[in-house]
Amino acid sequence: MNSFPVIDVRDVYKSFKSVDAVKGIDMHVDRGQFVAVLGPNGAGKTTLVEMIEGIRKPDKGEIQIMGKKWKGNEDELHQIIGLSLQETKFIDKLNVRETLRLFAGFFGLGGERVEEIIQIVGLEDKIKSWVVNLSGGQRQKLALGIALLNKPKILLLDEPTTGLDPAARQEVWTILRKLRDKSETSLILTTHYMEEAERLCDFIIIIDKGKILKQGTLEQLLNGDGSKRKVLEFTLDNPGSSTEKLLNDSRFRIKWEGENEKGIVEFASWEEDIPVFMSFLKKSELRLKNLEFRKKTLDDLFISLTGRHLND
Amino acid sequence: MIRKIANHQLYLLILSYFKEMIREPGILFWGIAFPILMSLGLGVAFTRKSDVVRKVAVINQPGLEASQPHANLKIIDFLDKHAVRDTVPGNENLTYRINLPDDKMGNTILLFQQTGWNEAMVLLKRGNLNVVMEEKNGKISYHFDPLNPDAQLTYLRLSKLFGNENPEIIANNDHVEPLTLSGTRYIDFLVPGLIAMGVMMSCMWGLSYGIIEKRSKKLLRRMVATPMKKSYFLIALITVRVGMNFIESGLLLLFSWIVFGITIQGNLPSLILLFIAGNIAFAGIAVFISSHTSSTEVGNGFINAIVMPMMVLSGVFFSYHNFPDWSITFIQKLPLTILADGIRSIIIEGAGYKEVTIAFIILITTGVVFFIAGLKIFKWH
Ligand SMILES: Nc1ncnc2c1ncn2[C@@H]1O[C@H](COP(=O)(O)OP(=O)(O)OP(=O)(O)O)[C@@H](O)[C@H]1O
Ligand SMILES: [Mg+2]
Repeated sequence: MNSFPVIDVRDVYKSFKSVDAVKGIDMHVDRGQFVAVLGPNGAGKTTLVEMIEGIRKPDKGEIQIMGKKWKGNEDELHQIIGLSLQETKFIDKLNVRETLRLFAGFFGLGGERVEEIIQIVGLEDKIKSWVVNLSGGQRQKLALGIALLNKPKILLLDEPTTGLDPAARQEVWTILRKLRDKSETSLILTTHYMEEAERLCDFIIIIDKGKILKQGTLEQLLNGDGSKRKVLEFTLDNPGSSTEKLLNDSRFRIKWEGENEKGIVEFASWEEDIPVFMSFLKKSELRLKNLEFRKKTLDDLFISLTGRHLND
Repeated sequence: MIRKIANHQLYLLILSYFKEMIREPGILFWGIAFPILMSLGLGVAFTRKSDVVRKVAVINQPGLEASQPHANLKIIDFLDKHAVRDTVPGNENLTYRINLPDDKMGNTILLFQQTGWNEAMVLLKRGNLNVVMEEKNGKISYHFDPLNPDAQLTYLRLSKLFGNENPEIIANNDHVEPLTLSGTRYIDFLVPGLIAMGVMMSCMWGLSYGIIEKRSKKLLRRMVATPMKKSYFLIALITVRVGMNFIESGLLLLFSWIVFGITIQGNLPSLILLFIAGNIAFAGIAVFISSHTSSTEVGNGFINAIVMPMMVLSGVFFSYHNFPDWSITFIQKLPLTILADGIRSIIIEGAGYKEVTIAFIILITTGVVFFIAGLKIFKWH
């Protein structure tokens, strides 16, 4: 097997006029690995993947794909990469099949592969529709289809499901899961849906403001601080201006979201922690209105790291 | 073999752009119907003489009632005999009309109207009257501005009419031999200009706009991220454009041959070569101005800045020889002027390779220089 990673990004920087979009990112993707780059709007996800795609040049740092730099290897690398940009519009007045045919031609592929792709992304009903008349979801599927045309060794998808309804998102996930089971394709996918990262990817990189906040498998990320994996959300009957201060006195780390009037606590064990928490509330004369137990998510992690939600 | 071609990048690109173009109904109208309509409109407006109407006032003698014996006896007598009496409801004044048909110089209609002197002067000042006639003691006198050629002509016609007891009104004018020699009419001047203009417009709007739009949609970036050869992207766009220009110009020539009898006096292959050179020149310029921007507004500005001055200066519609002398040497260096003059010299004057060689070389060089410069700074991402 190859000793080098499929994608190797080393200490990469990129600035635009007034913004430092990417500020020193390292990442590696192995063969067959699915990696999610998760971050809120403006985190630098697109800038990062576009550098990996060879579309932008890093100001500093180095990117190697299959052990090769972009410079001088464009033709070879274009052959093995499939990608979809955050928003591409194709030729309005070509239909779905014609568009796929054109891009298949770029890779020297013929009509059979086009028909296969139409099956894979489920656009059979739309073969003859002009691109301009497709719905947002259908356009995303077409973009995904084009990305898959050349059976890429490396797939780079920038927010492939943003703007899709849950059903359409599920369909895209199904397509990608099949790909993972059947091929050795490596994937980098950017998203700001934690669910997408959780359900689809082996490795998750959380970035914010151009830097990596945390990375690892879902397990590693959620078990990060000790083994606290249980989350309790609560609202109060009598929230007030002093609530936050009162909560800060507890031995738990309680996060109080003033605007939602909602508190969030992480526990290691329900059995041991809940009674302590309850007696603390009682002592502080805080009355519970509603109580919700749930699993810890990446959003909780993001909040604990930045104080913000992923999708704010 | 066929399969190989059918899967070839360049073939697929050309096919796609061609489909993209013909599926845009506006293209068919602006590219094909519009130039033809323009040649038809302007050609007819400036070629066929329409009927000329001349207005004449006949002065009432002051103090005369309508019932009294008329002072303008001679004039009214004549008009009663030879003219058709028009009655305008609400207007008691007498009006007459005389039609003077002429198959060569166009028909003239003389309209006579009885008015008072003051009223006649007002009409004259408004340009609503050509000549004022008055009868004094049986003698007809004419009042008009001798510097106004229209008034002069009207006077000449009137004096000829009223000098004769039996004026013969002839429809077949045998004295005049019109110059119908092909190549001297306005339409002969116009059609080559329209062809040149069509090439410029189609390249500038079609190509530049096409490139800028694909860049702003991020389609260019997406295409370049595949093994597509970059040169094919531009070659295909240009090929489709030039092909379309051939069709457009061919149809315009065919139309003007059928309707106006315009034929190509000179050498056809040299015309085709010059046409291709013109396409190359404007395609080069188009690639250059669309090489960097991804904003269609900025693109609009660039295109207008180039297209507008040439539309005005390069003698598409009217000869640029009316511009001041010092500007003419400059005007003659504009690519549109070079192309329009070249096409004109072949179609009208019967020129061939020899006469258009320089134009050909200049156009090709212009195109190649701009194309290479454009490629140097071309923004693919
Ligand atoms: N071409 C550009 N010129 C100037 N600034 C840019 C450019 N592209 C991105 N930026 C800035 O860089 C930062 C990172 O942008 P980027 O598009 O990488 O974020 P993102 O994580 O993809 O966000 P989103 O989830 O909204 O797509 C943002 O502040 C953005 O405004
Ligand atoms: Mg983005």
